[in-house]
Amino acid sequence: MDAMVRELSYAQAIQEAMAIAMDMDERVFLMGEDIGVYGGAFQVTGDLVERYGTERVIDTPISELGGAGVAVGAALTGMRPIFEFQFSDFATLAMEQIVNQAAKMRFMLGGEVSVPVVMRFPAGSGTGAAAQHSQSLEAWLGHVPGLKVIQPATPYDAKGMLLAAVADPDPVMIFEHKLLYKMKGPVPEGYYTVPIGKADIRREGRDLTIVATSIMVQKALDAAATLEAEGIDVEVVDLRTIRPMDKQTVIDSVKKTSRLMCVYEAVKTLGIGAEVSAMIAESEAFDYLDAPIVRLGGAETPIPYNPELEKATVPQVPDIIAAARDLVKGVR
Amino acid sequence: MAGASKAVTDSRANLPFVYRQYSAEQLREVLHKMYLIRRFEEGAEDSYTRGLIHGTMHLSIGQEASAMGICMPLGEDDQITSTHRGHGHCIAKGAEVKRMFAEFFGKTTGYCKGRGGSMHIADVAKGNLGANGIVGGGIPIAVGAALSSKMMKTGKVVVSFFGDGANNEGAFHEALNMAAVWKLPVIFVCENNGYGMSTSTARSTAVKNIADRAAAYSMPGVIVNGNIFSEVAEASYKAVERARAGEGPTLIESKTYRHRGHSKSDRNRYRTKEEIEDWMSNRDPITLFENELREFGFIDDKGIEAIRGAVAQEIADGIEFAKTSPSPEISETGNYVYTEQA
Repeated sequence: MDAMVRELSYAQAIQEAMAIAMDMDERVFLMGEDIGVYGGAFQVTGDLVERYGTERVIDTPISELGGAGVAVGAALTGMRPIFEFQFSDFATLAMEQIVNQAAKMRFMLGGEVSVPVVMRFPAGSGTGAAAQHSQSLEAWLGHVPGLKVIQPATPYDAKGMLLAAVADPDPVMIFEHKLLYKMKGPVPEGYYTVPIGKADIRREGRDLTIVATSIMVQKALDAAATLEAEGIDVEVVDLRTIRPMDKQTVIDSVKKTSRLMCVYEAVKTLGIGAEVSAMIAESEAFDYLDAPIVRLGGAETPIPYNPELEKATVPQVPDIIAAARDLVKGVR
Repeated sequence: MAGASKAVTDSRANLPFVYRQYSAEQLREVLHKMYLIRRFEEGAEDSYTRGLIHGTMHLSIGQEASAMGICMPLGEDDQITSTHRGHGHCIAKGAEVKRMFAEFFGKTTGYCKGRGGSMHIADVAKGNLGANGIVGGGIPIAVGAALSSKMMKTGKVVVSFFGDGANNEGAFHEALNMAAVWKLPVIFVCENNGYGMSTSTARSTAVKNIADRAAAYSMPGVIVNGNIFSEVAEASYKAVERARAGEGPTLIESKTYRHRGHSKSDRNRYRTKEEIEDWMSNRDPITLFENELREFGFIDDKGIEAIRGAVAQEIADGIEFAKTSPSPEISETGNYVYTEQA
């Protein structure tokens, strides 16, 4: 019998996944700043402290480096910590533990250990929090062998990928766009996983492949609905994992549509778009391209406070529509 | 104390801690291990000079009593995190020198299968969670291991070794604070050898004693002469008891000295020949311990010679093992980045 499917928000889906993980495995516990009685800055942990107690839902001091290191050490010695950063920007304070320790420990010790830590990063702009609380730094971590980096775009994937992350023996970094927390969608009850390293074709189409990540998946789908009325049939690929990247799904899609656009919120240069574009240029799909590849990414500026400026720094639905038209009509 | 009669025990009543606490056999084994650390590092240095080991290494020659004293009260299940100057800690926690040499030679028989080298030497089976190339990197990890011990109720105590340089890293302060707030079974051991690379503690550190910083985190701060084995072991013993009783962490500052430079690139321009000579001639930890053992009647010259001979043989065998062990295949470069999944 199929599990009961309800409408849950993205934040509720993550919370449910954490509760299931703690129910299933007593080694799983949560750490982070103000995740206990406060419920987390974005209310993702919510009332979990009431259900699981302060020994399994641990409020840390404001010590991102130390906290991340404690999570790494606990994972190294048999526990399964889920560490919440209050904002993904604060990963900058903990890069040492993430990049030098968590990512490399297994390798440096010749496979004698593993570090099954999950780190959650509320990311992205759109909340008026300005330059130090709005960044999209997933490509930074995606550059590091030893880490797995995922960006679920729906409540369903948020739950399934978090449960996959907890079950994974290696460090998994989850970037959760803050504007997605309130997004609702169907989520089955109970345990299920969505595999890390597999992209998802969210909309099939013939004329153009849009590879999108995180919140840009929904924006690409919204753009595709408009473009459909104009006779432009868009295929939307939700990358879901940026390391290890599901190259084959993207290659196959581009071979079908012969056009590629990458849409992501992080700063445009040296990012996911460059990686996907280069990957296609190096693949057999290159010969199928009918037009230059297009990247739509964040502006080359910090995220501004003013709401109109803030919106203008990241790709919006009209930007995607305009770029898609130009690409399909050969303007570019 | 197996074999020690009441008369013998009584005769030790006025001796320093370790001579009351441990058997003659155990103490002779400590001397053996101190020699093993010294000769291992001399052997590694010699192999480096001969081009058999590449990269760099950080020698702890002169700090052997600190490593041995801290590890003396630890059980095999207890854990440590170590530093870039970690060869002594590794041997003190029970590692075999042949597998350490093999690691330094980059061979598959090494503790890290040739992937880590000197700076990441580890022996997980014996509770050494690894040396660390990042100053202060292992300190929060040790706190995490202590959190595991508390949550899983294993009774394990975790020791975090670090140097004086690390006490000015943020990780040190964040980790000590959390360990104290959560009363974790962890012991912070600062081996203060006077210099963070070339910068003396006087020039780098606002407090006179690093142990003074314990007050900021409401834990005992203990200063010991790191070159006197008994002093170190006694402080460690008390800290272990405190940790096992659930009373929380201790900061031990073990004041010591490294005879060699920071690493192989060091020209020793920041300290005088006289200073180095003084530590080597007058405060060598092995000489001090050996003299005490002899004075208190725990060993004679013949016994010392036997230890030196056995160590020389172990070192020679270890280097030979490393030389003749296979190197990893180039095709295996990508191994161990992620856990292999069936």
